[in-house]
Amino acid sequence: MTNVPSDLRYAKSHEWIRVVGDIATVGITDHAQHELTDIVFIELPQIAREIKAGEPCAVVESVKTASDIYSPVGGQVVEINPAVTNNPELTNKDPYGLGWFYKIKLSNPKEVDNLLDASSYTQQIQG
Amino acid sequence: MLKRTPLFETHQQLGARLVEFGGWEMPIHYTSIMDEHHAVRNFAGVFDICHMGEVGVSGSGAASFLNQVLTNDIAKLSVGEGQYSLMCNHSGGVIDDLYIYKIGVENYLLIINASRIDVDVSWLLEESQTLKGTDTVITDLSEKLGAIAIQGPATAKFIDHCVDSFDRAPSGLKKNQITQGQFAEESVYLARTGYTGEDGFELVAPVGTIGEIWNRALNLGGIHGLKPAGLGARDTLRTEVCYPLYGHELDEQKTPIEAGLGFFVNLDKGPFNGRDVLVRQKTQGVNRSCIAFKMTDKSAPPRPHYSVWSDGQKVGEVVSGTQSPSLNLGIGMAYVPPDLIQPGTSIEIEIRGKLFKAEIVKKPIYRKAS
Repeated sequence: MTNVPSDLRYAKSHEWIRVVGDIATVGITDHAQHELTDIVFIELPQIAREIKAGEPCAVVESVKTASDIYSPVGGQVVEINPAVTNNPELTNKDPYGLGWFYKIKLSNPKEVDNLLDASSYTQQIQG
Repeated sequence: MLKRTPLFETHQQLGARLVEFGGWEMPIHYTSIMDEHHAVRNFAGVFDICHMGEVGVSGSGAASFLNQVLTNDIAKLSVGEGQYSLMCNHSGGVIDDLYIYKIGVENYLLIINASRIDVDVSWLLEESQTLKGTDTVITDLSEKLGAIAIQGPATAKFIDHCVDSFDRAPSGLKKNQITQGQFAEESVYLARTGYTGEDGFELVAPVGTIGEIWNRALNLGGIHGLKPAGLGARDTLRTEVCYPLYGHELDEQKTPIEAGLGFFVNLDKGPFNGRDVLVRQKTQGVNRSCIAFKMTDKSAPPRPHYSVWSDGQKVGEVVSGTQSPSLNLGIGMAYVPPDLIQPGTSIEIEIRGKLFKAEIVKKPIYRKAS
């Protein structure tokens, strides 16, 4: 069964964020990693890059397909996760934990309210 | 409307992810491509290949007709043997690549690509019109027959039990040999061939029996590590061993010589379709060749249609590309000019607007440690 943690917010394009203060951690959902399967390559944004909400900023490639990752929120990238670029299958194994992508300093915290909560996202992927 | 094989519901029950392939709705994977790939390399996998076409060619004129339309030499086949061959147009372009089996003295079975069934059958019928006065009967059996491929080093341990009886024990066949068998009182064929680079068998049977044969294979093979495997693993497996896929390495504008398949073109057997062009290419050379490469830079996997660069020039195009699960790096095949075909030559692959280094390697890219 697909895991959708209740404490996270979700984009329709299958990214999640976890907000602590004005910093959001971004990754892809369990549903997304399951759809992609066998992730073999992840490209993350540069640190300090300014990203708008909805902008493509990372790439995930599995054996079968390549996918753009869209930032659920806007802001400045403050940290990236080198573990997933060296070891992309971490995102298959632990999409909400060790498999996170980057942290972003929110430029507009209100954007978080535009995202789905766990129950709406669950509805989307079951629908 | 996509076509479905007799195993469609079985795939759904097994949780397969289904995709369109050659007009058919086929499983790309059940668990994951990597998982199924490793199962086939290490143990065994069973593939639904019911989408592929079957054509019977029989009669006193069958052998000479087939030697006219195919590049390999039919005369080399005894009853119970098969060979890989190419069907070319009159310019040497490939209409299809196929397996041909001699199943009787004047009786041949062709296994052809799903996406090419209509084209191939029309071509065969047209070409047979030009051979007047000979007795050749061409029968499209694609709707009546289905097939599964059981591939991997463990397959020979249980293949003999996948059918009720057989003329020759399948496990005793040599590569490219075929035998007839019985399953539920229907005639089936078992051939020691495949598309994975592993030992294995392809089993051709009436569509009504395919579901039961599939289930028996899964039951018998389970303890040997057999898993159902989809088209995704089929593609990574065949790319590692550089088997061509029609529409990628091969099409009507590409010749077997350009594709590096000269071994399956017999220029000494007498006239056949495309021979003039193929002789000229073999003696005078070609303008492009299909080579294998592996990525030497860390990069995303190469994919079909990516550009190949050398010395600041775009020199060719990737035709197949993927992450190799066995080698854990990006691999592929591409058409490049003659000066770049030597193994060890450095090229670059354009991936998402950036160039990444790759190296031409000898085919096959993956070779089993023996």
